[in-house]
Amino acid sequence: MSAGTMSARTMSARTMSAGTKSTGTVRSGTMTRRRFLAAAASAAASTTLSAPAIAEGGANIVVIGGGFAGATCARMLKQSATHLSVTLVEANRTYTACPLSNGVIAGLHDLSEQQFTYEKIAADGVTMAFDTAAAIDAGSRTVVLKSGTSLFYDRLVIAPGIGFDWNALPGYNEAASRIIPHAWKAGEQTTLLRRQLEAMEDGGTVLLSIPENPMRCPPGAYERASLIAYYLKTRKPRSKIIVLDAKDEFSMKSLFQNAWRTLYPDHLEWIGLSSGGKVISVDAGTRTLTCDFESHKGSVVNVIPRQQAGEIAQLAGVTDRTNWCPVDPITFESKIAPNIHVIGDATLVGTMPKSAFGADAQAKICAAAILKLLANATPIRPKLINTCYSLVAPDYGLSVAGVYQPVGHDYLEVEGAGGNSPLEAPQATRALEASYAHGVFRTLTGEVFG
Amino acid sequence: MVRSLTLLILSSLLAVAGSATAADAPRGAASCSGCHAVKAGIDTPLKSLKGRKAAEIVEAMAAFKSDRQRATVMNRIAKGFSDSEIAAIAEWWSEQQP
Repeated sequence: MSAGTMSARTMSARTMSAGTKSTGTVRSGTMTRRRFLAAAASAAASTTLSAPAIAEGGANIVVIGGGFAGATCARMLKQSATHLSVTLVEANRTYTACPLSNGVIAGLHDLSEQQFTYEKIAADGVTMAFDTAAAIDAGSRTVVLKSGTSLFYDRLVIAPGIGFDWNALPGYNEAASRIIPHAWKAGEQTTLLRRQLEAMEDGGTVLLSIPENPMRCPPGAYERASLIAYYLKTRKPRSKIIVLDAKDEFSMKSLFQNAWRTLYPDHLEWIGLSSGGKVISVDAGTRTLTCDFESHKGSVVNVIPRQQAGEIAQLAGVTDRTNWCPVDPITFESKIAPNIHVIGDATLVGTMPKSAFGADAQAKICAAAILKLLANATPIRPKLINTCYSLVAPDYGLSVAGVYQPVGHDYLEVEGAGGNSPLEAPQATRALEASYAHGVFRTLTGEVFG
Repeated sequence: MVRSLTLLILSSLLAVAGSATAADAPRGAASCSGCHAVKAGIDTPLKSLKGRKAAEIVEAMAAFKSDRQRATVMNRIAKGFSDSEIAAIAEWWSEQQP
């Protein structure tokens, strides 16, 4: 490797750090993109790249996306190997977490309890770049940010979460979502849906449209239906929610339906696919959802759109025909582009549900694997746990758990393990699981952002 | 020579780091901290595993696995691990400083 190449690599990391310390943003002092790309290209041509780079100042890791997956991975890499240069690219200075955000919609707590900052992550030595990736060149291993800064990486981790397929449902697009919220990425949309519920007169009908899988947090849509029903029952008892579902089967179906029969017999109606529940078009102006057999007009309407890997995954070229990201089950390295790892909701990891807990677990596996790969060692074959809690009411929690392991090129659930909360259980068990739902949220967010 | 020396330095760095972080955790162990906090001061009813005696963790997992002891999710999770995996996970957590 040439000395010129080395200094280019070092400069990139140092400039980033200096920029962040002084202004909180990355913009000045970076070498021009042309020079940088030239340097990066010559670096890529070298075959003995990673070992000398590590010895002389640490490899460059760029992580794009500061959610549960990306933030955990960036922080763990830096904590585990302080000589690494780790940059976390994230568009927002405040992160709004999705788990438990259905409670915000139902008025159980405020959005501020879902929000976290990156200060502690930066204090650990992770360089924060509050910016958006504009281009990713897997050949020269370069990420170009919207501000114009280029970041060279030895390993890139992308954790873009989900994106919406705005072409899947006629009449429903980003503009329509300002009238009919999706609230499936927490933030303003969450608050919008809550305000609409608060403004609704008693006696109104709430409509909730649920798409096909794969989707983020599969039981989350049914938790939302439950907690909106709880809100209506306790605040607007002459109102009801109708759930229009593109599926006949869903996560913890029997558990949810048992609870609904007991808690919300007059406030929640679920219409599955075979009963005509699939919404085929939306009229935002009249708040009307049209299904195969009939149309439903709502006072408040919530449409959860069809999902795909987040935009950055498309940009990086790591999605396949499914619009999700296939990854190696041991390292989470993309099966499409080398040196790019994908973690969190954007991946398709066997039957593992897309959850914050799963994203966090994947991030730790990926970080450990990257450290091994940088050291030319063999990553261990991991086992992953997923645990998701859902609230049917504030004191009524349900859980789904699973243990997953790599089998061939995929992840499969370990047989004989995992499963749902028991169908029959005393109220004390449901209350305990509700308290665990909050405990796990505080643990996950505290570990990642605290 | 330079390369192997580099690797030696790096692997020793990682070995040191591994005792304090999840980077060298045995299979399955990294997931535990999704519920069982590593950091102090997190308000949760779920106990931390850091520094717990290995035998204590092994015994609890065996009781969950055989359904001798009823929990919420732990009976379902423990069944996904072999006895040797549980022993390695327990050993690793016992080495983490509380």
